[in-house]
Amino acid sequence: MKKELRLMKGNEAVGEAAIRVGADGYFGYPITTQSEVLEYLMSEKPHERTGMVVLQAESEVAAINMVYGAAGAGKMAITSSSSPGISLKQEGISYMAGAELPCVILNVVRGGPGLGTIQPGQADYFQAVKGGGHGDYKLITLAPSSVQEMYDFTILGFELAFKYRNPVMLLSDGAIGQMMEKVELTEQKERRTTEEIVKQCPWATTGKPKSRDHNIITSLELQSDKQEELNHKLQRKYKQVEEDEVRYETIQCEDAEYLIIAFGTSARIAQKAVKEAREQGIKMGLLRPITLFPFPKKKIMEMTQQVKGMLSVEMNAGQMVEDIRLAVNGKVPVEHFGRLGGNMPSSEEIIEQVRKHF
Amino acid sequence: MTEELIIAGFGGQGVLSMGKILAYSAMMQDQEVSWMPSYGPEMRGGTANVTVILSDERISSPILNTFDTAIILNQQSMDKFEKSVKPGGLLLYDGNGITRHPEREDINIYRVDATDEAARIGMAKIFNMIVLGAYLKIKDNVKLENVVLGLKKSLPNRYHHMIPDNEKAIHRGLEIVRQIQTVN
Repeated sequence: MKKELRLMKGNEAVGEAAIRVGADGYFGYPITTQSEVLEYLMSEKPHERTGMVVLQAESEVAAINMVYGAAGAGKMAITSSSSPGISLKQEGISYMAGAELPCVILNVVRGGPGLGTIQPGQADYFQAVKGGGHGDYKLITLAPSSVQEMYDFTILGFELAFKYRNPVMLLSDGAIGQMMEKVELTEQKERRTTEEIVKQCPWATTGKPKSRDHNIITSLELQSDKQEELNHKLQRKYKQVEEDEVRYETIQCEDAEYLIIAFGTSARIAQKAVKEAREQGIKMGLLRPITLFPFPKKKIMEMTQQVKGMLSVEMNAGQMVEDIRLAVNGKVPVEHFGRLGGNMPSSEEIIEQVRKHF
Repeated sequence: MTEELIIAGFGGQGVLSMGKILAYSAMMQDQEVSWMPSYGPEMRGGTANVTVILSDERISSPILNTFDTAIILNQQSMDKFEKSVKPGGLLLYDGNGITRHPEREDINIYRVDATDEAARIGMAKIFNMIVLGAYLKIKDNVKLENVVLGLKKSLPNRYHHMIPDNEKAIHRGLEIVRQIQTVN
């Protein structure tokens, strides 16, 4: 079959992927760096294509709670926002993690803190991988670094969300959201029927038959012992995710003496730096985490046997570098290079940092 | 082969859409493409630019500081991007409104007076296609027939009746582009 290719913005690719994977609903509120998701979905009229509901909520808080409601009924729901809007959603996200509800949340990160700037940033790393809202919970966090991956990870995000009954965060940034690249589209999947949802999500509130007890979707449990057991259950789930779902890409790591670790847009720039460094005789390699939680710490530990130093390149003041240092446990020097406030690193700067530190 | 270019001018000149048509054209010949607009709190009448990369290989960074080609359509962009052309690279510019012409001696320089030509034939809207035609004359990385396919893909159906005019404009660009300086 002939490939279906389209030139799309990263934000538009997420919208198209949501339609094609057979999502039941998108609920969002406009904010720059990602308003194209909502705009694209509105213009595509997905209700006519698949029956998917697209709704502009009255606020980010309303949007995430609509996602909560849809997910509680076993529906595939997605929301998107940019940094300050994602902060507003945190209460709802924590509730979803507590109630074990699947959903996909896209954060097209801008420079911060506060309203910050509309240019790209990666300073929401901690928020995404360490929980974000209150309580002991984790989001499965995927870091797309191309428009194709914005598309693919929306689909993968739904798969993982339902497999683990857990919210999945796509941690993107303003550059990937706004740029256009070639996207290979997948075939349209049909939305699941009510019967399929009942079968696949026996926990969902789909209407109570006589054959089972009530399904209750809640994050509230006032008895401490029961709440503790629920917490242990969540922790076992996160451990399982760490065992089974680590994803990363290595570029020219086979003989690398210096390792760059970067995700998203930073990883694209670092890839260019690797090529240019090798032209200058520096054996550089790139490890690109695709899942930020679960973090590829085993692979990073393994690389300590080979490299003289690691440089974490991020568009923040040093966040992922902490996870790298935990993984490396002092075996090799780990340095950080970051650009802030919506600025992006250049390949020349990355090479200069490697020369300076190692 | 990889071609890294920047197109820079005023907002409203069709800078972004010209980049998009070029990207679609390269897609028609199975290349990898990226299109990265200048992105920020820009205002109407301000400057606009877009970085386009066309490549036979997977594209690494979509954000660049130096370019194989700079297509420059106003003085502000000349001041900003003349220095970003790689040695031996190409600078193509429209002379309209240019008070300081390019001064680099290590790059190829071509001029296309597309603003004047578009005004002469009375079609200001296809200004950017005259510039694109000039580019196609100098560089042979994108085939003309693929540009026509690219136009069809990137223009909404309701504008398809304008494709013949766009093609004509491209041909005008091919004809009127002038070589100012070559270094290789």
